[in-house]
Amino acid sequence: MIKVITGNEAAAYGALLARPDVACAYPITPQSRIPEQLAEFYAQGLLKGRFVNVESEMAAIGYATGASAGGVRVFTATSSQGLAWMHEGLHNAAGSRLPIVMAVVNRPLAAPWNLTTDQTDSLSQRDTGWLQYYCESNQEVLDTVIQAYKISESLSLPSMVCLDGVYLSYVAESVDIPEQEKVDEYLPAYKPMFRDTGITYKVYTNRPEEAGYNVNRMEDFMRAKYIQHRDEAECFDVFLRANQEFQALFGRGYPPVETYRCDDAEVVVVMSGSAVGTCRHVIDRLQEQGHKVGLVKLKLFRPFPLEMIRSVLKGRKKIAVIERDISVGQCGIFYQEIKWALNTNMEHKFIPIYGFIAGLGGIDITPKLIEKAILYTIMEPPPQQEILWLGLEDEEIRNEYA
Amino acid sequence: MNMPRIPSVYPKEEYLVPPEGGHSACPGCAIPLALRYFLKAAGGEVILVVPPGCTLAIIMFPSFSLMYQGRPITAFPALFGSTAVFASGLKAALEARGDTETEVVAWAGDGATYDIGLQTLSGAAERNDDIIYVCCDNEGYQNTGNQRSSATPWGAITSTNILPTIKSERKKDIMQIMSGHSIPYAATATIAYPDDLMRKVRKAKEIKGFRFLHILTPCVTGWVFPSELTVEVSRLAVETKIFPLYEVENGTVLTINKEPEGLPVEEYLRIQRRFKHLTSQQRADIQREVDRKWKQLQWLANYKDNGSEVNFRKST
Repeated sequence: MIKVITGNEAAAYGALLARPDVACAYPITPQSRIPEQLAEFYAQGLLKGRFVNVESEMAAIGYATGASAGGVRVFTATSSQGLAWMHEGLHNAAGSRLPIVMAVVNRPLAAPWNLTTDQTDSLSQRDTGWLQYYCESNQEVLDTVIQAYKISESLSLPSMVCLDGVYLSYVAESVDIPEQEKVDEYLPAYKPMFRDTGITYKVYTNRPEEAGYNVNRMEDFMRAKYIQHRDEAECFDVFLRANQEFQALFGRGYPPVETYRCDDAEVVVVMSGSAVGTCRHVIDRLQEQGHKVGLVKLKLFRPFPLEMIRSVLKGRKKIAVIERDISVGQCGIFYQEIKWALNTNMEHKFIPIYGFIAGLGGIDITPKLIEKAILYTIMEPPPQQEILWLGLEDEEIRNEYA
Repeated sequence: MNMPRIPSVYPKEEYLVPPEGGHSACPGCAIPLALRYFLKAAGGEVILVVPPGCTLAIIMFPSFSLMYQGRPITAFPALFGSTAVFASGLKAALEARGDTETEVVAWAGDGATYDIGLQTLSGAAERNDDIIYVCCDNEGYQNTGNQRSSATPWGAITSTNILPTIKSERKKDIMQIMSGHSIPYAATATIAYPDDLMRKVRKAKEIKGFRFLHILTPCVTGWVFPSELTVEVSRLAVETKIFPLYEVENGTVLTINKEPEGLPVEEYLRIQRRFKHLTSQQRADIQREVDRKWKQLQWLANYKDNGSEVNFRKST
């Protein structure tokens, strides 16, 4: 069924189709439509599980953790300040190996106050142990929520499905809503499983065959972290398999790292999130003009797809990273990780990389801006500075192509 | 108004099993007693949700074991500020899985209840989530070395109220806060009156919805009294009216369970070193405050609700 829906509604539809036993959330701009839509599904009797509008984000992650530890499928959603308030709960959910799926609507953190979008909120949770996917379209948001359960539940690790505030959360697009039977075939009912996680942190019930006594020794900590890290490495195979199965059933899919018209590209742009769609259009136009440029879309950010990134960027002449986030005092977060991926490998060590920061606080990343960044990368020598500010002041990027 | 006479037949089964060679609770700690009586009355079909605090310290890093019919009782470590909501989520999961037998018990200290966890506690009470929440009150952050909490009484010294300063704020009235949520059941108890404590646990078990138990657990190291006097200090807290034993149903029906002898508060204060510095004037202030609160409690107990609970309908 094709419906014209916003990214928030797409996230809620994805959750509905995954049949969570518990959906809990606290409203926050620009995510509020997600709990509203879930409440609507609940009132209509479509959402069979329990919907709870809790009293804060700390409570949302707490409720989700308790419920997931009790062995049921759980959905929650938040944004920005709310995600930051969940912070200790994020570490705890991942360390407890609970496969919670959460939609994160990307919005800047105060101050200054801004209710639109950038991705620093979820990117600054990168060390919490959650799997992170960044979506380009509302269709991808819906599909990724369903895929996230498949991936999370086979790894016993939680997932964040990230979508840009306003650009996806508020903008309606036509979205194919899959049939429930097909989703059920793809994603069977959740059966909690025990895997060796180094510590037993799941509660489930008091039935002897399921009971886990959660007392752990301090000495267990390091081994548990080793196992958690090792299991994250399994994510790449699990992700690819989950995506293949999805492709087979629904005729569409989203690889962890996607190349767009990269075959003979000498300059490659790496991007993530809703602005990727704009960039595809710019690449088309520049290729028509004879430029050898291509696009890499980074969907999976945690675990970081190191080998995939290295393989698609191998042999390129220059790399441009355009991103909507900043680690203040350092550089762009995607840039930092991609630069690290290249610099730690002999074959990539000398590929110049340009780090553009654009669209912070919801400024539109227009085709013109992207083109400006790409042409700058083609024409200019490798930058001395780690950040090239895009769309802020022309003198800061020092180019004559505007 | 005297305590109902219940024959002291304690269930034989022990759920709290000390390890060989000694446990890790301080000598004279009231918490193992509170937990022991609680589990005897609640039975083994429970899951505990325990935030950081003394209780977690004595069950998490193996010391006491919680056992039922030869297998461990599950204890889930909660984050400090999220105890009640973890329990709520866990209960929702058990209900979704058709498990109606298991009682989910949040077992938190006063720090996790009065201070950092008050928000999720209030949220769970407002939703009337079907859990038992026990506040094991030792009037300070005793596990981390006796820093003040909002449960620390006025006048006490702590490791963050150092003479010549004293704890100069009143103890928060958590029972009024909780009854203010109109929860089905809220009650106070101490280990000096195990019959009363166990009756309240059994009564709480019979009720559906959010149930709150406030158990005073005197702390030898923080309050500083001889370790053999834990039960005596608990008894004096009741007999001096500092910690009255009472229960509140549906936020309005208040019953005082034990008419105190009305000993002067001095009896309670003088055996604890944390009050040693108080002047006679300050001691008189405490007495007046206790009398004032007691009058208020009596007034509430005299209010007669017709007892008919309003059952709001869930949907149209």
